Amino acid sequence: MTDLAQDVPGPRTSNFRLAVRRFLASPTAVGALLVFAFFCVAALLAPWIAPQNPYDLAQVDILDSLLPPGSESFTGMTYWLGTDGQGRDMLSAILYGIRISLIVGLLSGFFALIVGTTVGLIAAYRRGWAETVLMRIVDLQLSFPTILVALILLVILGRGVDKIIFALVVVQWAYFARTVRGVALVEGAREYVEAARGLRLGGVRILLGHVLPNCLPTILVVATMQMATAISLEATLSFLGLGLPPTRPSLGLLISNGFDYLQSGRYWISVVPGLVLLAIIVSVNLLGDRLRDILNPHLRR
Amino acid sequence: MAEFILRRILQALLVLIVMTVLVFFGVNVIGNPVYIFASSECDQECLARIIADLGLDRPVWEQYLVFMGNLVRGDLGNSFTHGVPTLDLIFERLPATLELAVMALLMALAIGLPLGMRAGLKPDAFSSRLIMGFSMISFSVPVFWIGLIMIVVFAVQLGWMPAVGRGETVMIFGIDISFVTFSGLHHLILPAFTLSLIMMALVIRLTRAGMREVLYSDYIKFARANGVRERRVLSLHVMKNILIPIVTVLGMEFGGIIAFAVVVESIFSWPGVGKMLIDGIAVLDRPLIVAYLIFVVFMFVILNLLVDILYTLLDPRVRLGAASA
Repeated sequence: MTDLAQDVPGPRTSNFRLAVRRFLASPTAVGALLVFAFFCVAALLAPWIAPQNPYDLAQVDILDSLLPPGSESFTGMTYWLGTDGQGRDMLSAILYGIRISLIVGLLSGFFALIVGTTVGLIAAYRRGWAETVLMRIVDLQLSFPTILVALILLVILGRGVDKIIFALVVVQWAYFARTVRGVALVEGAREYVEAARGLRLGGVRILLGHVLPNCLPTILVVATMQMATAISLEATLSFLGLGLPPTRPSLGLLISNGFDYLQSGRYWISVVPGLVLLAIIVSVNLLGDRLRDILNPHLRR
Repeated sequence: MAEFILRRILQALLVLIVMTVLVFFGVNVIGNPVYIFASSECDQECLARIIADLGLDRPVWEQYLVFMGNLVRGDLGNSFTHGVPTLDLIFERLPATLELAVMALLMALAIGLPLGMRAGLKPDAFSSRLIMGFSMISFSVPVFWIGLIMIVVFAVQLGWMPAVGRGETVMIFGIDISFVTFSGLHHLILPAFTLSLIMMALVIRLTRAGMREVLYSDYIKFARANGVRERRVLSLHVMKNILIPIVTVLGMEFGGIIAFAVVVESIFSWPGVGKMLIDGIAVLDRPLIVAYLIFVVFMFVILNLLVDILYTLLDPRVRLGAASA
């Protein structure tokens, strides 16, 4: 057994400190964290730091459309990243786009975590037919590609921020459920659970108070990975015209808008939001990789 | 063995039935098909007639049975926009998608296997780190973004490759095939490579992991101790053992390729079933959408079944494990 909890003696805090130290030891992971933090701050501050509100038609001038990066508008404002087909400042559009992409990624990841963890814990705790049925559903769900299921759901539901979050939760909860059940089964067989049973603690209390905290590192790793997948999926679906409505342009929709101009050499409308999307997804994935290495060496592929 | 396969087939049938129920309810209960048929000046009486025509006044289970009855006879209705049976449309477009998918699969294997072996043999070498970085990036970058960059670089900037369409096709056994003509192959390369990247990343990871495991096994040590040449050890003994998981995973992932083909086809305007679906969605061609969904579900269930059965034939441990469970 190479489990961290057994290798390292001492109280929990030292575990945490050790994890932080090991995280900081990897320059890639620290770099990824910085990049991700940078985009989070940019997304949070978008309404205040963006040169214009890209949704306010009064601020957007159609005469300024399709200007290359660095051009100046009639009013003397500089479009650092150029403008799109409607004359929107790309820098502002991207800042707002990051906001929407991150919100969708975070929320869908969070809800999928709640649903999946609950199902996984129930399956591990109840065993018997409940486990069989739940895990059959999980298997069935996982045997279909996520993109296809999300696509089908969005065809039925239509566009919208709430709808895409729902679709992403539907396709992602199963990953949490499968992992959590696996870990909970292992943890449930440990001595501390037996000890808790010996103290005649209730099943729910053991599950939530003892088993769940020990599943958290694994859940955190899955959540990070799933968040990257969610952002990527949302961008793909929006690119296909199925995800978000044109009134809430996420990064995927911005890329899609610029797609028509690509062939004529106006690359900046698609490429810049694409690079931002890329940086976000890769940094989240790198974070997840590092977390997995630190928190759960067994999961390594 | 026969019992095992029979049980798997029964399970597959059950899944099929469950999925048809889901698709049926998804399209006919959540969405209301009446408003697609009804024009805006349709009054109460006209609405009632449409409802009766569509059989929507009957109980839901009865509607489902009618739907299933038509399904069993291979009738999934006519497309609104094309006016021909939807299944005909699907089978007409399917060769293009399969061609793309198979080509992507071959590319993933042809490039991924050597790279994965290299990364597995010398995990600490700079080139291996580069390979794993490439695998990690192509795994996480959205497919549509890679497609865009391919178009910008190879079609717009360099002008080496065509960005849209399928090129010349040749009829072979009544099926349009494009990879036998130069123009067809030329058109195929960019979309197929784009589609292959996810699989390639997977092949690299699996091959590397397999190498790390197999290289330290006793039979490889014995083969080396017996003086078998390194080339032969790698190409015969190692290869044979790492191929089993790769083949299984690729079998399962082939469905995923068909799904991602939707994205690649709409970027490169490749005339396959995926492009047809996206076009169908844009004009709300419901029969076409339903037919595509049912078709894909069938394909997946059958693929999963085949992989399961093949796996049992290849690896008896699975069979025995499943029988005791």
